[in-house]
Amino acid sequence: MTKIISGLLDKAQLQNLNVGDEVFVNGIIYTARDQAHKRLVEVIKNRKKLPVNLKDRIIYYCGPTPAPKGKVIGSCGPTTSSRMDECAPFLLEAGLKGMIGKGIRSQEVISAIKKYEAVYFLTYAGCGALLSKCVKKAKVIAYKDLGPEAIYELEVRNFPLIVAIDLEGKNIYDRLNKEAIDIYLNKIH
Amino acid sequence: MKKILAPEITKIVADLCIQANTVLRTDVLDALKTALRKEKNKRSYGILEKIIQNARIAKKEKLAICQDTGMACVFLQVGQEIKIAGDLKKAINKGIEIGYRKGFLRDSIIKNPLLRGKPAYQPAIIHIDIVKGDKLKITVLPKGFGCENKTQLKMFMPTAGIEKIKNFIIEVIKKAGADACPPFVVGVGIGGTADCACLLAKKALLRKLTTNDQRPTTNNQRPTTSLEQGLLRDINKLNIGPMGLGGKTTALAVNIETYPTHIAGLPVCVTISCHALRSASKTL
Repeated sequence: MTKIISGLLDKAQLQNLNVGDEVFVNGIIYTARDQAHKRLVEVIKNRKKLPVNLKDRIIYYCGPTPAPKGKVIGSCGPTTSSRMDECAPFLLEAGLKGMIGKGIRSQEVISAIKKYEAVYFLTYAGCGALLSKCVKKAKVIAYKDLGPEAIYELEVRNFPLIVAIDLEGKNIYDRLNKEAIDIYLNKIH
Repeated sequence: MKKILAPEITKIVADLCIQANTVLRTDVLDALKTALRKEKNKRSYGILEKIIQNARIAKKEKLAICQDTGMACVFLQVGQEIKIAGDLKKAINKGIEIGYRKGFLRDSIIKNPLLRGKPAYQPAIIHIDIVKGDKLKITVLPKGFGCENKTQLKMFMPTAGIEKIKNFIIEVIKKAGADACPPFVVGVGIGGTADCACLLAKKALLRKLTTNDQRPTTNNQRPTTSLEQGLLRDINKLNIGPMGLGGKTTALAVNIETYPTHIAGLPVCVTISCHALRSASKTL
């Protein structure tokens, strides 16, 4: 049976998530991608107040298309997570408990996931039209000037996820294409 | 002399932007359906089903197939007997602007690559070929950057041989892995100069996909057909699969384009398209 989680991840929910699990999330999640991450990390480094409280929250690496008339949001699939790898540990330190994206993560992110007891999820890549059906409300809450890279608050219903790295650091990509990942990591580190 | 007015081009480009971004190419959809029939891995099967379902929703509701509506790449074949009245490049970029706005597509283009800043819809990347005749063919290929980021160019020794080229292509696919949204369509450009090889690879993505089951008969085979077939078989043994979670379907097709090159060189460019390979054309 598919597990259901909320947008606020307490320890009990996190401990119940194992690598490979298919999960639905119901509740509030926040979008943030490259430029928003850069700004959030600046805020954290300068010990200023974050525009969104990250404690126990989930960030979705996504820059949606504009909402057509009569719709809540446009196409809203995941973007490549590894571009957020340098920033992710700072956000995890600030209390973030979940990240949704596509593709593999760096060793540093995996270590931070273990240290701060968080989870990395995948969602269906290149299926932004399908995923838009799971978004019930959407509004920009910070960095409006970034256009599609602004931070959106999304209220989601049965938004589908796959647990890719659980809080013990077990990684879905480890037991699959190991060789491909090794080559990739050598390239970026 | 046949005369085409710039506003006509603007309108066509705008329509093609919306069509390409919301209606998945039939050859790509067919290749996905073929892959679904063959996929044994349960999770990969489920992902392929979702990808096909996504294309159906996008078409029905006129939504973008993917939120990354790309950088618009526009390919023109201009017949040398045509007269275009007005500013051609301006007309194209205006068409991109109108189409992207009207189609609720994403503004992903930043003016200054170093300073970044607020995104806009255009300019497009425009490639113009002058050809014989009095026709104008316009093609719009919105290229997403999850996969574009994985493009690689290698300048081989002229004596390198086919095995080294094949290994390079396979390495590029492995490095692209889950990030570039497999199953891929792989575009390869071999020959010319460095820039020519990159353009050939991009143009290879425009060619209709043929899976290994539906190859043309031996009499009308291209010289690269067996190389494409062999590479597709090898790539699909990598077990990268949809979303990088394993399975038989790592690529839907490999398309290779070649051009004469210099005695001292052998440029090879490999470009990748995600499963949402989008393009649309119109001929005037």
